[in-house]
Parts: sequence; structure tokens; C-alpha cells
Amino acid sequence: MELKDLYRDVILDHNRQPRNFGKLDPSDARAEGHNPLCGDRLSLTLKLNGDRIEDVRFEGKGCAISTASASLMTEAIKGRDRASAGRLFDAVHTLLTQPDAGAATSPDLGKLAALSGVREFPMRVKCATLCWHTLNAALEHQPAPVSTE
Amino acid sequence: MNAALKKTYNVEQVRRDFPILARRVNGKPLTYLDSAASSQRPLPVLRAMEHYETHSHANVHRGVHTLSQEATQAFEDARERVRRFINARSTKEIVFVRGTTEAINLVAQSYARPRLKAGDEILITALEHHANIVPWQMVCEQTGCTLKVAPIDTRGELIFAEFEKLLSPRTKLVAVAHVSNALGTVLPIERIIAAAHARGAPVLIDGAQAVPHTRVDVQALKADFYAFSSHKLYGPTGIGVLYAKEALLAAMPPWQGGGDMIRSVTFERTTYNDLPWKFEAGTPHIVGAVGLAAALDYVEGLGLEAIAAHEQGLLEQATSQLKKIPGLQIIGTAPHKAAVISFVLSGVHSHDIGTILDNEGVAIRTGHHCAMPVMDFFEVPATARASFACYSNTQDVERLVAALHKVREVFA
Repeated sequence: MELKDLYRDVILDHNRQPRNFGKLDPSDARAEGHNPLCGDRLSLTLKLNGDRIEDVRFEGKGCAISTASASLMTEAIKGRDRASAGRLFDAVHTLLTQPDAGAATSPDLGKLAALSGVREFPMRVKCATLCWHTLNAALEHQPAPVSTE
Repeated sequence: MNAALKKTYNVEQVRRDFPILARRVNGKPLTYLDSAASSQRPLPVLRAMEHYETHSHANVHRGVHTLSQEATQAFEDARERVRRFINARSTKEIVFVRGTTEAINLVAQSYARPRLKAGDEILITALEHHANIVPWQMVCEQTGCTLKVAPIDTRGELIFAEFEKLLSPRTKLVAVAHVSNALGTVLPIERIIAAAHARGAPVLIDGAQAVPHTRVDVQALKADFYAFSSHKLYGPTGIGVLYAKEALLAAMPPWQGGGDMIRSVTFERTTYNDLPWKFEAGTPHIVGAVGLAAALDYVEGLGLEAIAAHEQGLLEQATSQLKKIPGLQIIGTAPHKAAVISFVLSGVHSHDIGTILDNEGVAIRTGHHCAMPVMDFFEVPATARASFACYSNTQDVERLVAALHKVREVFA
């Protein structure tokens, strides 16, 4: 396990300067995410145009992996429709959990591929998926906060 | 006295009793600084458990055959060993439970729940572990009583004057940690117990973090209830102790029903067993008790005072070295602390610290330490916590410091 595989420059950069950080007010959809193990909290607000994610912001406190993952996610989902965002989550999930995801890496992932090192650190996978679970909750209008536990 | 103890304390010899310390993690020598979560077990404990399992195991208090007698003897000898360790008056006051958490739940359900009613109060402190918060919240829901919380200051110390102000005739129980697990603060439990008793309130002490570092004499303390776990004391997991004054236990109903806790059962009527077995329904963790007894022999062999002096030396070394790391802030700076150092590093989440340290073979605890209200008080989502034990050495501290510099490099 190499630390630089986990903490790649893209990750460190998005941690230091998270993109789309903040809150959309008003918003069309929102959800709170919580990782009780770390105490990480994430709040996601979305502006929707029909089925399309027109804009997205996140805020919260978390580790570098969860912050960078959320930041990268907001960049990647902007402009996508629900189905396309869902497929992207599937691709990210495969990337984070499949031992030999290298060959299966979806070309759709783009910068999100920087998260591939996380799979070598199983305790940290939840950090990277928190934002995606929160996105799902926001799109499905789940009222209760989602938890990775 | 401390200097003399330090001179004779041979930590390298102690380390040889703990085989796990010889292993490597991620290609580096293991630096185990998470003993406050669970300590490692020395060979004498492992051997005592193996001996019991390979020679004497059977169920306790049940058979007339030789193994059952030997198992019963080993189990009850362990109870006597615990009694001596905390200087209880009688083995009737030593109830074996799964751990500190179960001990507190037992008191909550068997002592507090039947007695307390709306208008009554349970007083705790802002330093408590969730195990000394949630069982009381459950009692409050069940009875309508109220939970009061005595505040702490920015050093992580109980504000005693505020604690005293919250004591009143409505206070029916006080429950406090002896040592804070998240910060290491040692609470003034003698004063707490005296103040509570002056107002007629019994006191439960959560001693999970104290017993590995300090000698506890429940009679001298006048504690009404004292709870601790084996696995933070170099013994196995799954066993712990509830000490309670005999008169209190005698007046409490059993909290679980089953075998071992009864004297006679008919469908019309059951009479309960004597103390302490009234509170031990079902087959207990016999080998756990055997391991705990061996662990008590082990720590008393080393000397609790000698262990504490050794750990305090490491705490001082770590505190002074960690303070020099730019951006590092120690959370919990009480003058009287057990061997725990909790900290945050500016711009780096504790889980990132934990992962990078693990990569260097350094095991620390990261997160909220099951003390979320403490984290809220200091306005941090989580901290990193290094904790020391009888086998920790100065190299452990040096490796921790070197690994923290690595964290700063990664996040430069």
C-alpha cells in the first residue's frame, strides 16, 4: 500500500480547495449525509431542471477523502440526468470496491479515477461513498439523513 | 519514590511478555498506541486461559464431577482475585458482567429504573463516554426522570463548583468517569463522592480508563458502584466487573433471568440465588474471568504505581514533543491526566492522520471516541488519540512524532 496512491495530487487539491462548496438557496433537492464512524457530515443541495442536475453544492466537515470525493462528484454530475448520475455512481462503486477494477474502469469516470487508491484502504471506502449515498437520498427525496453505517 | 520506580521498571522486559508487539504492520515495526481502546495481553494471561481450557473447562456451579468443581473453583477464585484488587469487603459485591457498558446498564435497569420517577435527576458530567450517557437516557425515557450534565472547562476539567450546584435533593444518582477516555482527564472522584453523599445520592464510577493506571480501593473511595472492563487491563474481552455495595445489590431486583441466578423455580414462584449470582444469569465467561485474574496478577506483579510512573514519563515526553509540531493542538490539557493524549492537526482530519500513521506502523485511535458531546464541546468533529500502557516505550513516542511529520509532508 502506497500512501501516494491514496493521497494523489488531485485528491489533495480538491481537499484543499473544494469545488462547488456551499449551499444553494433555494434548492430543488437536498440531503444530509453522516458517517458516524468518522463524525463526517455532508450536506448537499441541488438545483434540478426536470430530470437534469443543473447545479449542485456541498458543505460539511470531513476527511480529505470524503471532501475530495464530494468535490469531484459535484463537478462530475453537473449537467447529467438522474440515470446518468446513477450509472456514474455504479462506476465509482466498482472502482472503490473491486480488487481488479483497473481493467473495468469506466472511461466515463474522468477525474474520479483518482479515487482508485481508496480500494487499498478498506476502512476508507465509506469516506469516499458518503457523498454518493447523500446524492441518492437527495434525488429520491429521503427526508431522514443517510448514514454509511 | 518515582525516580526509584522508574529505574527499576524494565520496559523492554515487559515488552517481551507481549508477543504481538514483535509483529510488523505495513512493513514497519508495530507501534501500538491504542491501549485505551483495548490493551494487548501478556503471555501469563494467554497461558492461564490456555491452561484452563486444556485442563479444567466445564460448566460452573452445576456438576459434581471433577472438571465442574475445578471450573467453579477457577471462576470463584477469579472473583476473589478481583475483590482483593479493588479491596471490596466481600466477593458478594463482585458481579461479573460483559464489560463496563453492561455494568452500567445493569445499574441503570436494576437500581435506577425501579426507584426513579418524574422529578428525580441523574447527574453525569460532560466528559462521559456514551456508555455512561445512553443507559441513563434510557432510564429517563422509562421513568420520566431528568438527566443533568455538569460542564467542563476548556482544559477538559470538570467545573466542580457547577457540579456541586447541580446536586440537589432531586439528585437520586450520580454517574461519572474516573478517567475520561477521550481526553485522559482524571476526575476528582473523592470530592465528587463526598459531595454526592452529603446530599444522599449514591455514586457510580465508570472506572474503565482508570484501573489500568491507578490503584482503586472501593472502600476508601466509598464508591457505591464501580465498573470496569478486563480488556483495557491486559485481560480478555467480554468480561468486566460491577462492584456494588452489598446492601445496594441486596435491595436490587435481578436484571436478567435464567440459570445460575435462581435458587428454586416452580411455575408459581421462583426464588433467587444469593449475591452475587443473583445478577449472573446463564453460563458466564469462565475463561474470561480466569484471564482477568491472571491480568490482575500481572499488573500487580509489575506494580500499578510503577506502571503509572512509567506511563506518566511517556505522557510528558509525548506532550512536549507533540507541542513542537506546527499546527498541532492538544485537546484536553488538565494538569492531572492518565496516559492519554488527544490532539488535532490543523487542516488534516483525524482519519487521514490515522491512515498515514498506520502506514508507518503506528496504531492510534481516531474519531469521536464514543464521546460525541466532548467533541462538540471542543468544536472538533474528531480527534486523534495516542494512549500509553505498561509496554509503551520512548521509541513508540519517537515513531509517533516521526509519523506525524510524515502527515504534515503529505498535507503540506
